[in-house]
Amino acid sequence: MRRRSPPLSPGPCAAGDAPNRRSGHAREELRRRLRGLIERSRVMIFSKSYCPHSTRVKELFSSLGVECNVLELDQVDDGAKVQEVLSEITNQKTVPNVFVNKVHVGGCDQTLQAYQSGLLQKLLQEDSAYDYDLIIVGGGSGGLSCAKEAAILGKKVMVLDFVVPSPQGTSWGLGGTCVNVGCIPKKLMHQAALLGQALCDSRKFGWEYNQQVKHNWETMTKAIQNHISSLNWGYRLSLREKAVAYVNSYGEFVEHHKIKATNKKGQETYYTAAQFVIATGERPRYLGIQGDKEYCITSDDLFSLPYCPGKTLVVGASYVALECAGFLAGFGLDVTVMVRSILLRGFDQEMAEKVGSYMEQHGVKFLRKFIPVMIQQLEKGSPGKLKVLAKSTEGTETIEGVYNTVLLAIGRDSCTRKMGLEKIGVKINEKSGKIPVNDVEQTSVPYVYAVGDVSEGKPELTPVAIQSGKLLARRLFGASLEKCDYINVPTTVFTPLEYGCCGLAEEKAIEVYKKENLEIYHTLFWPLEWTVAGRENNTCYAKIICNKLDHDRVIGFHILGPNAGEVTQGFAAAMKCGLTKQLLDDTIGIHPTCGEVGNRRF
Amino acid sequence: MAAMAVALRGLGGRFRWRTQAVAGGVRGAARGAAAAQLGRKVAVVDYVEPSPQGTRWGLGGTCVNVGCIPKKLMHQAALLGGLIQDAPHYGWEVAQPVPHDWRKMAEAVQNHVKSLNWGHRVQLQDRKVKYFNIKASFVDEHTVCGVAKGGKEILLSADHIIIATGGRPRYPTHIEGALEYGITSDDIFWLKESPGKTLVVGASYVALECAGFLTGIGLDTTVMIRSIPLRGFDQQMSSMVIEHMASHGTQFLRGCAPSRVRRLPDGHLQVTWEDCTTGKEDTGTFDTVLWAIGRVPDTRSLNLEKAGVDTSPDTQKILVDSREGTSVPHIYAIGDVVEGRPELTPTAIMAGRLLVQRLFGGSSDLMDYDNVPTTVFTPLEYGCVGLSEEEAVARHGQEHVEVYHAHYKPLEFTVAGRDASQCYVKMVCLREPPQLVLGLHFLGPNAGEVTQGLALGIKCGASYAQVMRTVGIHPTCSEEVVKLRISKRSGLDPTVTGC
Repeated sequence: MRRRSPPLSPGPCAAGDAPNRRSGHAREELRRRLRGLIERSRVMIFSKSYCPHSTRVKELFSSLGVECNVLELDQVDDGAKVQEVLSEITNQKTVPNVFVNKVHVGGCDQTLQAYQSGLLQKLLQEDSAYDYDLIIVGGGSGGLSCAKEAAILGKKVMVLDFVVPSPQGTSWGLGGTCVNVGCIPKKLMHQAALLGQALCDSRKFGWEYNQQVKHNWETMTKAIQNHISSLNWGYRLSLREKAVAYVNSYGEFVEHHKIKATNKKGQETYYTAAQFVIATGERPRYLGIQGDKEYCITSDDLFSLPYCPGKTLVVGASYVALECAGFLAGFGLDVTVMVRSILLRGFDQEMAEKVGSYMEQHGVKFLRKFIPVMIQQLEKGSPGKLKVLAKSTEGTETIEGVYNTVLLAIGRDSCTRKMGLEKIGVKINEKSGKIPVNDVEQTSVPYVYAVGDVSEGKPELTPVAIQSGKLLARRLFGASLEKCDYINVPTTVFTPLEYGCCGLAEEKAIEVYKKENLEIYHTLFWPLEWTVAGRENNTCYAKIICNKLDHDRVIGFHILGPNAGEVTQGFAAAMKCGLTKQLLDDTIGIHPTCGEVGNRRF
Repeated sequence: MAAMAVALRGLGGRFRWRTQAVAGGVRGAARGAAAAQLGRKVAVVDYVEPSPQGTRWGLGGTCVNVGCIPKKLMHQAALLGGLIQDAPHYGWEVAQPVPHDWRKMAEAVQNHVKSLNWGHRVQLQDRKVKYFNIKASFVDEHTVCGVAKGGKEILLSADHIIIATGGRPRYPTHIEGALEYGITSDDIFWLKESPGKTLVVGASYVALECAGFLTGIGLDTTVMIRSIPLRGFDQQMSSMVIEHMASHGTQFLRGCAPSRVRRLPDGHLQVTWEDCTTGKEDTGTFDTVLWAIGRVPDTRSLNLEKAGVDTSPDTQKILVDSREGTSVPHIYAIGDVVEGRPELTPTAIMAGRLLVQRLFGGSSDLMDYDNVPTTVFTPLEYGCVGLSEEEAVARHGQEHVEVYHAHYKPLEFTVAGRDASQCYVKMVCLREPPQLVLGLHFLGPNAGEVTQGLALGIKCGASYAQVMRTVGIHPTCSEEVVKLRISKRSGLDPTVTGC
């Protein structure tokens, strides 16, 4: 139904505003009443007596011989309020607003569509005879947080998680990318590389040892994998404690509300649920050239590689590529990064170039504007020897190089194409494979939601997935209205010199606000710890981007330096609270830290 | 240190300026430079009275010479010692234990400090600020006087005078041997040789920071505390700081007060102390005794009475109004020498800058001394901003305060097998929605970096809800702050599990 409902009284409170307690209370009361109506009725229609679309829906159900509970909003006193709360619950502002067996079907068009596709009949039959209230496909950050929260709210929940082994045969346990092949092992290897730097520094600070310190890949990897195993175990335990059913099987939709779970042995089991959450995440992309799947590894393999990768070519310029290249070089390995076009696409390009040039000064080689065209194995072994043929993106030039390891980090693809989404009508973006969702994480099929890296247009970050999964569960099963706030999400790239940011990149800010409306403050700085260590001056850098049209509000924060993640977090919180340049100037620094750079130097 | 910035008036001795300022120290320099930039004629008068042990230093004040800077660098040296122990877990094949050479560290730290002294001098020169290395005192309300190295008397007069002489460590002069054999933070950073087995007396942050890095570089270190540690800080956090230090090798003598220090024939120092509860006496021998029992403002040698500047009879600190003005209209005071101000470098710097902008730049911005963040660089760093839990309860009442807290384990600690029992964060909020944040307390690695941005948030009037709406940065320690879900009132276990 496209028609806009009449103007509503002021909508839900804007971010940052304190809800008036009394009206908040009344609204909660109304919300409970509506939930009651929805839960008690086989078919619940919120309607308006004069609305032709509502009439069509009512006629449809009566032709099916189904009794409906109808609330005519134009005939009750608090109709407008009801409509408002409904729009918060369903994200649909218009009538009719149809629920069948507690499931939000939608308006007139969606109801008729559901009737044509058979979904409506199915919903009418089900009568809530599902095995579970919620089945979550994918046991990563988003899926697990949603599962735990739903279980806390008393729902019967199942998690299906299955790791398809990488082309190199690497597989892992419960917890998803972050824990197994992402943030956690990455940050630990980054820490290992930082310790190498700390060892060099420590001599300048009076610690005495003469031996050449070597790095042992196996020792490190074993320690990191042990930690990861303990986390996998922890996740299983916490699911068990919360009575969430965990099934180590691959999930594939077979029909509405029904999913097939296939385990390692190929055994199939079927489960049904009232609602579903897709949280299957992404996996590394391959080049699609000769030899890539046979001989190259990806971040799926690197962190548990049983041998030191040796001389390594990293293909790609994503943060994954630069982080991996950074720590490998930190262990003393010969590392080359092959970049097709720009570094860290999507990030502030001035910062990205600085990240790259610091790496270059610290031994990482960059091959810009080349792409690999063929990978050949010269020798088997651990590691073996690979010949890489690459061609220029600008001309006909080709180059050849020999490496022990080729690590592909050219991007990631969503795991959405082999899970039967087409069978139930969940739309995906055909190009990216991502699932479009509305601002309550709902897909094109009302009872199916998506969180984490599979959802389209959302930052691909663990904390975002956790937050959106948790809030989704609270909205579905709790009395919560809170939507996930995707504005000003901070992040940090753990390259040798860490890069933390929040808000807009300079390019983006110029695009949105125009250059003349921005004031950009920036400064180089020299961390105190670097002085005595004899590390370079004029390398660490910070900048803030302010919107002159809005009280010099800080709309972008960027810092390149040690502990950038720790520094950026608080700035992100401050930006949530509307940080301006004036407030930044008024806040006293903590001396001597890197964080004070914002207060002292701009 | 006697340091004053003087804005001279054009009469007086041999020097003639239209305006001028008196100072020294970080604040003096900041203010002097700022005033000079605003086109004023400025002089800085700075003189370091040698410590009782004979230590002296250059331009820049406490922070640069005998405070923040050398302290953080030695703290860093100690942290690096911890990282060396972590390294084998991360695959670095470094044979343990690795010995530490005090001389090498001290020389590197001192060289850095000297380069900063030089930098300050150059900065003053660049901005045409006249610098006098003389000990000055007031002659009248517009004139100060000092004696230069050659015995030449110098009179400086100015329209405006700013006093920024800071403070110096207090000696317990009633204790026999304290002055002869003890050292203070004025000396420790300039020692050429390792202090060896050390007794640190005091419970200030200076005491705990020094004891922390001494322990960290492998020295046998004992802290003697008469009453409570880190007075004025949140007491739960303070006791966790101590707990962490105690479990990492620092020894504590709680509830004890020293009564005597003697030098033994073998050169060691014998300290006698009394257990304040039992009254029992005990002794121990040390190589070094470090007093860190507080600081006294450097006001006595200034002849303030000649200018009519009032000081507090209890603390001897200078009394000022919100414009940093003293009892004499054209004489101002900033920094540690002022009564009731946080004794922190960045507050001094900002106060100086704002003062000069008010005096010469047509500004009316006052310094806001609320919600000043700070960090104690103990082995496990403690960063805080805003109210302590006790203070929040005292101001708002227990029933109006909600405290959210969590224990957490830094990711880096896991592989290194480090104990994270004291890694802890708490946020003190008003209970009434939207639950305004009153204070934040963070105990863990890089606490200073974590606290800074959150201080900004509090400055922006952050509520608990807003902080919770902030997405975390994974995996960091600071993300624990935006994940604080458990209130003390709920009685739930604040131990964080998983990520």
